[in-house]
Amino acid sequence: MREQGIGASVRRKEDQRFLLGKGRYTGDINVAGQTHAYFLRSPHAHAVIEGIDASAAAAAPGVVAVLTGDDLAADGIGPLICGVTVTSDDGEPHRAPPHPALAQGKVNYVGDHVAIVIAETLTQAQDAAELVDVKYRPLPAVSSTGEAAGEGQQQIHDVAPNNVCFNWPFGDKAANDEAFASAHRISSIELTNNRMVTNPMEPRAALGEYNSGTEEITLHMTTQNPHVHRLVLAAFNQLAPEHKLRVVGPDVGGGFGAKIFVYAEELVVGWACRKVNRPVKWTGDRSEAFMADAHGRDHVSRAEMALDENGRFLAMRVQTTANLGAYLSTFSTMVPSYLYAFLLAGQYATPLIYSEVKAVFTNTAPVDASRGAGRPEATYLLERLVDVCAADMDLDPAEIRRRNFIPKDAFPYQTPVVQCYDSGDYEAALDQAMELADYAGFAARAEEAKSRGKLRGIGFSSYVEACGIAPSAAVGQLGGGVGLWESAQVRFNPTGNVQVFTGTHSHGQGHETTFAQLVCDQLGVPFENIEVIHGDTARTQFGMGTYGSRSLAVGGVAIAKACDKLIAKGRKIAAHAMEAAEGDIEFADGNYTVAGTDKSMNIAEVAFTAYVPHNYPEGVEPGFDENAFFDPMNFSFPAGTHICEVEVDPDTGEVEIADYTAVDDFGKLVNPMIVEGQVHGGIVHGIGQALLEGCRYDSEGQLVTASFMDYAMPRADNAPDFRIGYAPTDPPHNPLGVKGCGEAGAIGAPPAVINAIANAIGARHVEMPATPETVWRACQSAA
Amino acid sequence: MYSFSYHRPASVAEASDLIANAADGKLVAGGQTLLPTMKHRLASPSDVIDLGAIAELGGIVVNGNIVTIGAMTSHAEVAASGEVQEAIPALAALAGNIGDPAVRNRGTIGGSIANNDPAADYPAAIIALGATVRTNRREIAGEDFFTGMFETALEEDEIIVAVDFPRPEAAAYMKFENPASRYAMVGVFVARTGGGARAAVTGATDCAHRAYRMEEALAKDFSPTALADFEAPVDRMNADIHASAEYRAHLVRVMAQRAVAACA
Repeated sequence: MREQGIGASVRRKEDQRFLLGKGRYTGDINVAGQTHAYFLRSPHAHAVIEGIDASAAAAAPGVVAVLTGDDLAADGIGPLICGVTVTSDDGEPHRAPPHPALAQGKVNYVGDHVAIVIAETLTQAQDAAELVDVKYRPLPAVSSTGEAAGEGQQQIHDVAPNNVCFNWPFGDKAANDEAFASAHRISSIELTNNRMVTNPMEPRAALGEYNSGTEEITLHMTTQNPHVHRLVLAAFNQLAPEHKLRVVGPDVGGGFGAKIFVYAEELVVGWACRKVNRPVKWTGDRSEAFMADAHGRDHVSRAEMALDENGRFLAMRVQTTANLGAYLSTFSTMVPSYLYAFLLAGQYATPLIYSEVKAVFTNTAPVDASRGAGRPEATYLLERLVDVCAADMDLDPAEIRRRNFIPKDAFPYQTPVVQCYDSGDYEAALDQAMELADYAGFAARAEEAKSRGKLRGIGFSSYVEACGIAPSAAVGQLGGGVGLWESAQVRFNPTGNVQVFTGTHSHGQGHETTFAQLVCDQLGVPFENIEVIHGDTARTQFGMGTYGSRSLAVGGVAIAKACDKLIAKGRKIAAHAMEAAEGDIEFADGNYTVAGTDKSMNIAEVAFTAYVPHNYPEGVEPGFDENAFFDPMNFSFPAGTHICEVEVDPDTGEVEIADYTAVDDFGKLVNPMIVEGQVHGGIVHGIGQALLEGCRYDSEGQLVTASFMDYAMPRADNAPDFRIGYAPTDPPHNPLGVKGCGEAGAIGAPPAVINAIANAIGARHVEMPATPETVWRACQSAA
Repeated sequence: MYSFSYHRPASVAEASDLIANAADGKLVAGGQTLLPTMKHRLASPSDVIDLGAIAELGGIVVNGNIVTIGAMTSHAEVAASGEVQEAIPALAALAGNIGDPAVRNRGTIGGSIANNDPAADYPAAIIALGATVRTNRREIAGEDFFTGMFETALEEDEIIVAVDFPRPEAAAYMKFENPASRYAMVGVFVARTGGGARAAVTGATDCAHRAYRMEEALAKDFSPTALADFEAPVDRMNADIHASAEYRAHLVRVMAQRAVAACA
């Protein structure tokens, strides 16, 4: 291993600029002649717009323009699209209501976009927005996930009767029913998966610039996937032809999914800058992030497991209602369907799984992917159900898992729900986690806690997830509108340093370090001589971006393939220069050597030769610059066991995470420090969902948790130190042997925490977020 | 934020003139409530009169059994004050657990009590310790100062100068924090003083208040068990998404018992 190659915990390159305050975020970018935009938003959850009089606003000091949905429609811009089709049980595609980027006659949630006010200063834009006279006729609102499709509910969209987007059954119902009919025992659970506001640290922002000389629009914005934004904005929203649109995601302060999507604001800013022929800048504030970023989760479910007399799982059935909000966000339909139901097997060899997912519209912000996207929902439901099964069968929670695990010699393992797991050793992770967590010593710790008046509980979560999305063909078969390969270009400069262009995007993940390590290892180039470039459609080749823990597992492989091409080309150049046969040239550690001799040439010299080809092999192109694309044959399947220990104060219901162990299978680790950081962050995200975070709308559709005063994000003192272990297996479909690690913590943690609380207080179930009052009440009823 | 005129007077007298002559003036101390409110365009004062340059409003002085804290003293200064830590450790601890470091370095005792947020910490201490609020016009007994939600006994344009805290025999404050804001969902301050047991509750109702029934129970027996049957009135409790009235009432007893235990 090179000192800074694969497997080394190299400090992050990007941290120098972040720690020195030299990061360059969209909000930091200001250009000459820039105007400022303010979005006028609906205060109503559901209302007809009977008229908009913007004349006073347009005449206000400093105002450049006030634009509404009529202007947008007149220019043929939009509407926003949903890129994944789910076929409903009537054989029709999911119901897709129109989603104008500025309201056209109706608003459907609090925060829905009504107009953009553009002025010389932000204050002038805000002042003018108060002068826009919008005549609303309020309608009753639908805000409850469970009741949205019920009798007598207000209809939100004409195209979606009963507010249903789709009903999507999956699996063999008849076989499933039969297994249930003959089961030894049926265990069941009903639960909600609480709605979350994703809340990346940097709110969304956009700066649009139009050059009338070249007719190009440049859009700096908070994006996880600049090329996907450019593609959708060009092909579906008619903003500009693809070659006349440049999308730049400079430094981006976290995404967690919320910056994947094509939102109204960024599209409208891009359109408006051409319309007013001035740069237009919008910087969202935290209130706007709460109101108008896509939210996550929000399921109501019932699940049942049929068991035999030994506690083996015979069949599982699931009914889920998923709230998609007022409109369909870019990938919203995929989350509670393909990313959810296809993960319901978990780590278990359950032979039959049947699920019914009903996706509904409500007068709330759109719901889409948020760290884990579908997989946390599936894992929480399954791992809670497994604990209920253990209680019903009087089995230890570790033992019931062990009895039902897919054995390690069964891989590749075809689940009954589409996914074919490529590698795994679930028992190894469980064993290691139990060892690290000192499961054997738990009873003594619980006893000691009791002497302090605390209830100590322990909870398991054995998760598997599908990430490293995608294989393109699988995505296409499922109704996805895009390919999900990744691209890379690796370019030697004549002086021997290397620029790596990746189609992924780093918004906190540390790609500039991890990918440099990869190249350092492959090409033998010093780490400090490698620069990773991403996030600008004018600088990098087309790429699909970063989400679904795909950057290393897909994008990293593309980089490795480009390196392989360089190595192969260099072999010809080196062979010619050293007057040897190509077949006699060996490449190792950055040097081409003639086998059996001390004749050697460094790859930097080869690169120079390629750019100054005075003595050069015939038929070889000059230059030392290769690109590659990688489309995997399968998802990657990280898995592991998390064990959480909590202490509950029965007098107040307060929960303290007393200990937390995570043993994960991420395959090979490139930078263990960065991976551990991702694990910590993911677990804290999951602890946040389990204990603190819950987005709430009232019955009128008003957002109750609209700021950090009411929406509880996890803070440092909510998390313990973590015990981290790895139980890697080698994924056969991944040439680098890597799996994704960015979402695993958020997937594994919520059930571990809730299982621990339920264990502590002797309750069958406790809903998330397990707030002090929720837990206190559960203690009261358990007592 | 709407535009406003900014003033930075050097004396209380000058501040008093400025506020009296402003069309719709606001005094700003640490600005921890006013500034966010203005940024959200929920307040639009014509004039903002910054008390930050008035030397006579600062400082902590111990004189015999009285600890005097100037109105513009920040929470961080109170928390770090050796004098306060020695005389009334519970008060220093309370100040050290308000908000976060940024809030504690900007927020002031005068600003906090003038605002009288129903979930603020200082009001409980001022009532339970029998403190006196001194203004540029008069002295107001702590328990008479807090009159309702965001309402105080302050008259128009009256300026808080300092708060005088008598040293208790023992005191403790127990706060159950709102998980999101970390304001007091319920806070109970109890004190054993020469004049008997005193207790005050914040966060639970529309305004911090003295807990007479609790004091009666503690007068007989200053111990946690004396409060075992104490029931806070559910119908007076606040209720929101974080805590129901019933739960808050329960927490009042638990926090009170823990505060009493901490006095031992």
